[in-house]
Amino acid sequence: MNTKLPLILFWIVACLILLSGPLYGITENPSQLQQVSEESSSLPWWSYPIFLFIVTCLIGILAVLAGVGGGVLFVPIVSSFFPFHLDFVRGTGLFVAMSLSLSAGPRLLNKGLANLRLAMPIALATSIGAIAGAITSFSLPTKTIQTALGATIISVSLLMLIFKKTDIPKKERPGYLSKILEIGGIYHEDTKSIHIEWNVHRLGRSLVLFIGIGFIAGMFGLGAGWANVPMLNLFLGLPLKMAVATSVFTISVTSTSASWIYLNQGAVLPIILVPSIAGIMIGSRIGAKILPKASPVAIRYIVIVVLALAGVRSLLKGVGI
Amino acid sequence: MKDSYLSDKQLAYAKLLDISVKSASLILVLFFVIYIFEATSPDIPLSELPHYWHLPLEEYLQQTNYNAGWSWLGLLSKSDFLNYIPLVLLAGISILCYIRIIPILAAKKDKWYIVIAIAEIAILILAASGVLT
Repeated sequence: MNTKLPLILFWIVACLILLSGPLYGITENPSQLQQVSEESSSLPWWSYPIFLFIVTCLIGILAVLAGVGGGVLFVPIVSSFFPFHLDFVRGTGLFVAMSLSLSAGPRLLNKGLANLRLAMPIALATSIGAIAGAITSFSLPTKTIQTALGATIISVSLLMLIFKKTDIPKKERPGYLSKILEIGGIYHEDTKSIHIEWNVHRLGRSLVLFIGIGFIAGMFGLGAGWANVPMLNLFLGLPLKMAVATSVFTISVTSTSASWIYLNQGAVLPIILVPSIAGIMIGSRIGAKILPKASPVAIRYIVIVVLALAGVRSLLKGVGI
Repeated sequence: MKDSYLSDKQLAYAKLLDISVKSASLILVLFFVIYIFEATSPDIPLSELPHYWHLPLEEYLQQTNYNAGWSWLGLLSKSDFLNYIPLVLLAGISILCYIRIIPILAAKKDKWYIVIAIAEIAILILAASGVLT
């Protein structure tokens, strides 16, 4: 099972990518695309939410096994391989990220893994950035957004490749801002049955960077886990599990702020959104169940490859190749 | 440090979040079933959606005569816009949870966090209002 599962997942992803030609309509020329899309009614309308449900279910499984958020996989994959316009995919991506993080929130808060005291100032910074990013995105041409999305996704895959996590970072003296805000505490590490005392440093400087992370999340409809976790773990010195949990919780607020902008712009279609939310939620539950039997390292590399491919495709679409 | 393990506000936030997410998700599924089986007629017939979903947002709004913003409130008899209710509920959960913890923060005279919570609520309400778009 350990060795077979990543291979099976890889082939499923590869098959979906190959099958996506007929789904997408092959061409990227807008006039041809419209024609093909209208012609693609030979594929009945109801087949799209079904395909979407299957693909997002798979994304949910991969996201959990690779330890990334669903949004970062959803937007590049769905925008590259489905006929939906990027505006609607970005809007859906935010709602998908928001729903996932909202559902995980209560458990993470109750277990003390996510810390509200740390998450609140970070969420404030990312919200400001996300709203600015979402507003900016609607004033830019689709090609620019598509190109920038491709470049961002390729960067994310590189970040995943080089990010060396630290389970329990070396404890440093708390920074000035974290002292004022009285951030710090103790959490119980179940696997080792120990209490870990934690604090954060460099919070002030990190808030500026979190505004930037929020901006990218709002602009492309991505969750922000890919950037939040390395920031919290390596830059702020938070234990890895707390970094992941606090990041998930923060995304619920970040995505909420930008999703209001997309909703008010009308960039939300229930026929795309609801199957995506349902698929990714079910997929993430399946992923959580098979996680103990899977080989996380192999799956992480598969996700890096899938992200890089989707990023390159998005980049090429953006520059008109 | 204020939080040795779990604080009152964290538990209160988690409890309200749990109830709200479950309720909104249930309504989301229910309204989508109404939409997909056309129990009430949608504004755009489901079979015509492939003609619209590939369009850039501006063109889509023009062709469907949808004014965006909060105008969907006047179109709730259409099953596609009915689905906006659970979406708004999901997007409103964080605002509710922040409002919930303000009295707890006030009781503890946690002034910095009262400011942060109020600022977050203000930002989210501003985004929700449609003023920024």
